[in-house]
Amino acid sequence: MSDVTDDGVAVRADSPRQRPLRDRLARAVDRYLLWGYAGLAILYLMLPVVVMALFSVNDPPGRSNLSWHGFSFDAWLDPFGVPGLFDVVRTSVLIAFLSTIVATGLGTLIALALVRYRFRGSSTTNLLIFLPMATPEIVLGASLLTLFVAIGQPPLFPTNFVTILIAHIMFNISFVVVTVRARLYGFDRHLEEAAMDLGANEWTTFWKVTFPMILPGILAAALLAFSLSIDDYVITSFTAGRTSTFPIFIWGSARVGVPVQVNVIGTAFFLIAVGFVAITSYLGSRAERPLPPPRPEPDERAATPVVERTRASVPQPEG
Amino acid sequence: MHLRQRILRLTPYLLLAPGILWLLVFYVYPSIQMFISSFWSGSLETGYTVSLANWTTYAGAIDRYGEQFLRSIVYGAAATVICFLIAYPLAYTIAFRGGRYKSLLLFLVIAPFFTSFLLRTQSWKIILGDDGILFGPLKDLGVLPEEFRVLATPVAVVAGIAYNFLPFMTLPIYVSLEKLDGRLVEAAKDLYAGPWRPTGTVVGGIVGALVAIGLAGAFEYVIPVWAVVGALVGAVIGTAFLSESFVRVVLPLSLPGVFAGSLLTFIPSVGDFVNAELLGNTQTRMIGNVIQSRFLENNDYPTAAALSFILMAGILIAVAVYARLLGTDELTSARG
Repeated sequence: MSDVTDDGVAVRADSPRQRPLRDRLARAVDRYLLWGYAGLAILYLMLPVVVMALFSVNDPPGRSNLSWHGFSFDAWLDPFGVPGLFDVVRTSVLIAFLSTIVATGLGTLIALALVRYRFRGSSTTNLLIFLPMATPEIVLGASLLTLFVAIGQPPLFPTNFVTILIAHIMFNISFVVVTVRARLYGFDRHLEEAAMDLGANEWTTFWKVTFPMILPGILAAALLAFSLSIDDYVITSFTAGRTSTFPIFIWGSARVGVPVQVNVIGTAFFLIAVGFVAITSYLGSRAERPLPPPRPEPDERAATPVVERTRASVPQPEG
Repeated sequence: MHLRQRILRLTPYLLLAPGILWLLVFYVYPSIQMFISSFWSGSLETGYTVSLANWTTYAGAIDRYGEQFLRSIVYGAAATVICFLIAYPLAYTIAFRGGRYKSLLLFLVIAPFFTSFLLRTQSWKIILGDDGILFGPLKDLGVLPEEFRVLATPVAVVAGIAYNFLPFMTLPIYVSLEKLDGRLVEAAKDLYAGPWRPTGTVVGGIVGALVAIGLAGAFEYVIPVWAVVGALVGAVIGTAFLSESFVRVVLPLSLPGVFAGSLLTFIPSVGDFVNAELLGNTQTRMIGNVIQSRFLENNDYPTAAALSFILMAGILIAVAVYARLLGTDELTSARG
C-alpha cells in the first residue's frame, strides 16, 4: 500500500518495473475514491440547479411549487403569466445592464493603473479594492442605508431605483478589477513596444494592441458583474425602498409560494449565462493560442519580440 | 517634453480617480456614517441627534443579541469546516487529476453562481423537505423514521450556507495547488517519504474526533457518539490516504489557499441571513436576521447600525490579522 497516497502528480504509466498486484489495486482504489468524492461534490453543487430546472416544468395545482405534481410545459410558454413578474425582471435587467457598464469601465481603468504603473498608494488601493469583497453583503447594504437615511432627501431617500444602481456599481467595481487584472498580468508588454517601434502612438497602440488582447478579460468581468447584479438580494433589500427587483420578488413570494414562472426565468438566466461563458472562454482560448509562424505581413511582424529584431538588424562584426 | 512627463506621472492617478472616488463615497464614507448612526437617538420623523451618551446602544445590543452573535460565529465556523472538507479533495482532484477536463470541472464549480442565490436556497427547501424528493421515498421505504427531519434545523441552515460559499473555498485552494511544483513531491519521495503510518492513524483520529465534536455541538447532536464516528473516519483516512509527501510538502504549500478560502467563506457565512430565514426556524436566527429586521421592519437604525458595526469591526480585525500574516495578494488573486 506504499503508493496509495499519491501526491497526484502524473505517475509514469510505462514504469519498467511490474508493480505488485496489491499496489496496483491500492492505486486504483485511490484514483476512483478521489474521483468519486469529487464527483459527489460536483453533484452537491449542481443538484439545486437541476431541481430548479426540473421544477420549472412542474404542474402544481396551486401557487406553491414545493413538491412534484407532474410534467407541464405551460409555464415556459407563458413565462410572465404572473402579475408583476415582467416589471421586476425588466427592472433587474436594466439595473444589471447599467451597473455592468459603469462598473466595468471604472474597474478596467483601476486594473490598468494597478498593473501598468508603479505609483505611491498602490497597496492602499489594493486594500480598498479588496475590502468590499471581504465585507459581508449585509454590512454593505446596511451602511449604504444609514448614509441614505442620514442624507434624508431625494433622490437618495426614500431609497429607490437610483440607490439600487449606486449600490450595485459599488460592489461590482472590485470584482471587475480583480478579473481584468488577472488577465493583464499575463500580458506580453513586448507587443506594445513593438507597435510603438513601428510608429504607433500610445492611443493607437492601446486600441489596436492592448484593448483587443484584454477584451476577453473585460467581457468575463462584465459577465460576472451582470450576474452578480441581477442576482443580488441582500444589498438590494436595503437600498430598494418601494422598487422591486426579481430577487426581491422571489423573497416576497417565498412565504406564500414561489410560482413556477420564477423557476422558468431562473432557468432561462442560467442557460443564457452558460452560453455567454462558453462564448467568452472560446474567445479567450483563441486569444491565448500561440501565434502562428511569422508571415511577411506587417501585422504579424509586429508580434516578433523587439529585442530579436533589433539585434538582427545591427550589423554583426565579421569573423 | 517636461509637461508630457508630468502628465505621464499623473496617468495612474487619473485612471484610478473615478472608480476609487465611487468606492470612497459609497463604501468608505457609509461605513463611517454607520458608526456615527450607531450613536443616534431620535426617530425618522423627528430627526436624529448624535450623542456619545448613546454608547448604551452598544451595551443593549450585545446584551439582547449576544446569543445570535454567538450562533452566527458557530454556524459560520461549522460551514467553513464543512466547505474545507468538501473543497480540498475536490480542488486536489481538479488540480492534479483534472487533465483536459480541468476547465470544465472548474466551470462546474462556479456554475451554480449563474443561478439565483434565492432560487438555489429554495431548491434546498424542496430537496430537504420533510416529505420531499429526498426524504419522502426513504421514509416510505422505512429507511428513515417518520419523525426524521432536516429542514428547519441547524443542519439545514449550515448545509445551505456551506453550499452557497463552497466555490469561495474551492477556488483559492485550487489556485494554490495548481501553482505547486510537482518536482518537490518527487524529491520528497526520493528522500524516502512514504505512507504516514502510524502517526497518520493517531493524528487522523484526533483531528477527526475534534471536527466531529465541533460539528455535533453546532448541530445539537449527541456529542460522544459523533466523536467516536469522527475518530474512526479520521483514523482510516490518516492511515490509508495520507502520505508523508502530502503532509509535509503538498499540504503546507497549499495552506495560503486554505487560509484565503476560509476567510472568504467564513466572512459571508457569519453575515448571512437568507439561509437561516428560508431553511431554519426561530431557534436558528443569526445576527444577519436581527440586523435586517431592525433596519427594514422596525426602522430601529441606531441599534441596527451598532450591530452592523460590531460585525464589520470583527471582520476588519480578522482581515487585518490575515493581511499581517500573509499579505493581501493571495486574497485578491484567489478570487479572480
